[in-house]
Parts: sequence; structure tokens; C-alpha cells
Amino acid sequence: MRFARWIAGIAAGLVLAVPAWAAPPAKDPLASPRWGDMEKIFLAGERYEFDERVKVLAPAQSENPMQVPITVDATALPDVREVMVFADFNPILEILRFYPESASPYLGFRIKLQQSSPVRAAARTGDGVWHLGGVIVNTVGGGCTAPSAGSASTEWQKRLNEVSARSWSEGPMSGRLRLRVIHPMDTGLVAGIPAFHLESLVLKDEAGTPLMRLTLSQPVSENPVFTLHRARSAGNVEVSGRDNNGNTFDVRVAP
Amino acid sequence: MKKLLCTLLAWAALAAHGAEFDYRLTPKAVAPDVYVFVGKTEDFDTVNGGNIVNTGFIVAPEGVVVIDTGPSRRYGQQMREAIRQVTDKPVALVINTHHHPDHFLGNQAFADVPIAALADVQKGIASDGNAFAENLFRMSGDWMKGTEVVVPTRVLQAGPLTVAGRTFRLIALGGHTAADLAVLDESSHVLFAGDLVFNDRAPTTPHAQIPRWLGALDNLERLMGEAGVKVLVPGHGAVTQDAAPIARTRGWLRWLSETFTQSAAQGLDMTELFSLPLPERYRSLPLAGSEYRRSVVHLFPGIEAEALGHAH
Repeated sequence: MRFARWIAGIAAGLVLAVPAWAAPPAKDPLASPRWGDMEKIFLAGERYEFDERVKVLAPAQSENPMQVPITVDATALPDVREVMVFADFNPILEILRFYPESASPYLGFRIKLQQSSPVRAAARTGDGVWHLGGVIVNTVGGGCTAPSAGSASTEWQKRLNEVSARSWSEGPMSGRLRLRVIHPMDTGLVAGIPAFHLESLVLKDEAGTPLMRLTLSQPVSENPVFTLHRARSAGNVEVSGRDNNGNTFDVRVAP
Repeated sequence: MKKLLCTLLAWAALAAHGAEFDYRLTPKAVAPDVYVFVGKTEDFDTVNGGNIVNTGFIVAPEGVVVIDTGPSRRYGQQMREAIRQVTDKPVALVINTHHHPDHFLGNQAFADVPIAALADVQKGIASDGNAFAENLFRMSGDWMKGTEVVVPTRVLQAGPLTVAGRTFRLIALGGHTAADLAVLDESSHVLFAGDLVFNDRAPTTPHAQIPRWLGALDNLERLMGEAGVKVLVPGHGAVTQDAAPIARTRGWLRWLSETFTQSAAQGLDMTELFSLPLPERYRSLPLAGSEYRRSVVHLFPGIEAEALGHAH
């Protein structure tokens, strides 16, 4: 009896002692077996927390693994400086990063998925803390190792980096900007087709004030479409971009 | 004890496999000498084994004409066996209405007879057939065992076709896929519409071109009046004696098209389209929610690209 009490005492001491010398690792709400690796690759030495204020919207079941629609909405967080988006089970993990300068921390886009995977967004706020949200997308897969439609035709060569866009300045979508760029976004994982993808996009308003900067990786879908919001809904938007082969473009989107 | 366990296990395995891969195909006579195997209004799964499609056959004076062969080798074999229960006549011709897997993956069971299709259907089966079959293995599991693609051997043209002493009218249309064949049996006035017409199940759109599909539906509706069609066999869902399923299919396609066009003009993105509520009239339609969401993926990107203006 005395022995049992002694054991219980030690156990209680241990339970109390644990938080004193090490914060338990944050538990991945998506319970991904790859989370440990993701943490090392994207968040080593950083402060982070899982945070429901970072929303990743995607279909639970994706019909087309080459074009999985994703919306990242971190507008519930204050002072977001950078958002990185990655998928645990893609052969190329990072999808894109965006820096919402004077635009909202909100971005719609489409990605390629090689297999079912968590798709996560980590938003860094001004205090240096990363806030993580994510969702699991089920798919038949193969999106990263299937050739782009562009690689099978020469049509895209005539239209490479052609931009179509529209902005909304009134109604419920006031401030919204949608943008589509013609680009094959080849991953480099298909035999005989080298990686060929947009690397950066910069959006400014007509006074030259930065709206948003994006760095894009191979898993962003072919002919990418982006949806974003700016605070001021009037005026032109200047968009410039560059791909990994050094092709550039510079266009103006009229309201 | 061990022996008993083994016996039990073997019995369980048999129950799961031997007996259960039976599609229980029962031919429904829709007119004299014209039969339909009516599938469930469900999506492919490991319980229905892909029996979600309507196939049929016509007993002609000198042989049997088969229209579509179902989703698997097993289905084709069981279909052929069920036909044998109705008639001793040999199968004279198999027709594949279009290149979707639930309509041609039973071809293996008919590999000894001519299998015919429109040129573009033949081309589509040759190029996409294996990928489609893989997808059905994933969705229907062991029901698909041993299924392989058999490409149609004979090319059909639009117009009259006489087979085994009976005359048919072949109507070459498109819109559900690149090439969709409707088959009118001139003797019984039964129209096999293929997947241009869905009844009490939301239409599927992975290869759809909606304007062309709507045109095809107008054609079929006109034909029903002109040719005195008595029975309409849709690709999925119950057989009817009127043109109501044509109107319902048209209604769904128009609703999809209008929803996508308006949403693109309003600036919505795909993830927002997924969460739009279905109209009241479609809430109880089988597979309305899932087919709507699939259609967003199939059709919205094209409509959205048109709505975005060129930037300079």
C-alpha cells in the first residue's frame, strides 16, 4: 500500500515535471505520417501553431488531379506577412508562397496532386509566428507526372505568358481580381519534358504600391488562375511575371 | 479446431467472392423482342460492381443485336448468359453507343462477334479505354477482375442499318462525349438514346460540350415525334414511354451552364462554386450534389477563361 502511494507520487511528479522542461510537440490535426518531415523542412527552428483562423478550402474528393482548386484564406489573422503552401505527399512539396503587401492574405489557385495528401498553408504574422491550416484532398493522383496539355501542342508557344484578367469594383465581389496566365507549368517529372514554370508574379496598383508578390513552384497547375482581393477596388493593376527560362511579361489590368 | 476455422474461412471467402459477383441481370421486355437491363441510379462502387448503366438487346429474325456491354468482363458474360435464357439465336452484332467505360468494358464477352461503333467512339476507346478501366478497378474493385479493353472492330455510319433481318436507324450525335450514337429500332419504335439522356439521375459531364449536347437533345425530341417513338431507353435510369427524361436532362444542362456563366461573370472561384446550394428541385435527384461538383471541375475552367478579358 505504501509502495503504491510511492509509485503514484512519482507518476504525479513526472506529469507535473514534463511541461517544465519541454513543450510537447504540437499535434498535427490532420494526423499525417509525413508531418515530422514537413516540420523539419518548412518550420525548423521557427515558432508555429495550428490555427483554425487559417482556412484552406478544397474539395474533399478532387475530380482532376491536374487542376485541384484551392483557396487559402488567412484574413482572420492580423498582420500576415507571408503565406507558404505545401502538400505533404507531393514529389515537389512546396506549391507557392505569397506575400500580401497591401492585398488581403487571401489567394485562390489550382494545383497538381500526385496522390491524396494534406494541403497546408502556413501564414507568418508580424511577430514571426507561423499559423498553420490545412485540409486533406483525396485524388486518384498522377497530376505531377502527367504531361501538360501544352507540351503536346505548339499552340501555347504562341500564347506563352499571355494574361487574361478582370477586376470587380462593385457589388459583393468588390476588390476581387482574377488572373489567368498561359503557361505549361511543366514539373520536370515527365520523361523528356524539362521543368518549365512561372517563378514569380508581382502585382502593383497604378501608383506603384505593391499589392502582392508570389513565388511559384512546379505543382501550380497549367495555365494558372489566381483569385485575390485588394483593399482599394478602383484603378489599374500592373502585373509582371517571370518564368524559370527567363521569359518575362508586364501587363495592365483595367478595372 | 484449426480445421473448423479453415473451413469457416474458406466458406467466408466463397461467400464474399464466388457467390457475390453476380449482377443479377434480369432482362426487362420493353417491346416485343426488345429487352433492357436497367442499372441502378448510383455511382460506381464495390457493392453495385458498376451495374449503374442500361444495356439492351433486340432479338432480330436471324440473330441478336446488343446495345452496350456494361462495365466489366463479368457483366458482359452474365449479360450474354441472360440473353441465352431468352433466345437461342446467336449474337449478330454488338454496338457501343459511346466511349465511356460502363458502356463498353463488357466487350470481352463478345469478342467473337463484330463490335461496332462510330469512328470517334472507336478512336476514343482505343486511346482512353485503359485509363478508364483502371479508374473502374479503383472504384468497383474485384468485380472488374480480368477486364480488358476490346476495341470495336467495325465502324458505323449514320443512317439505316439492317442487321440479322431487322432495320435500325443510327443517329450520330455528340455533346455528352465527342461522339454519341442513338439507335432507333424501326420495328418496335424503341429509341436507345445512350447517355445523351439521363433519367432520375444527375447527368455526368467529363467530356461534355453543353451547347452541342443541347442540340442533340432537340434532335432526339424531334425524332420522338416524327418517328413515332413509343419507348425511350436512357443511358441511365428508368425506361419511359414519353420524352420527359429529355426535358429533364436539358433542364439540368441549362441550369449548369447558366450557373457557371453567371458565377464566372460575378468573379466566383471554383472552391466557391462547390458550396453553392443546389436548387430545391434537384435536392432529391440521385447524385445531384456529387455530379454538380464534378461538373464544376469539368466545365467551369472553360467558361471562366472566356469571362476573363485580355490584358495588355
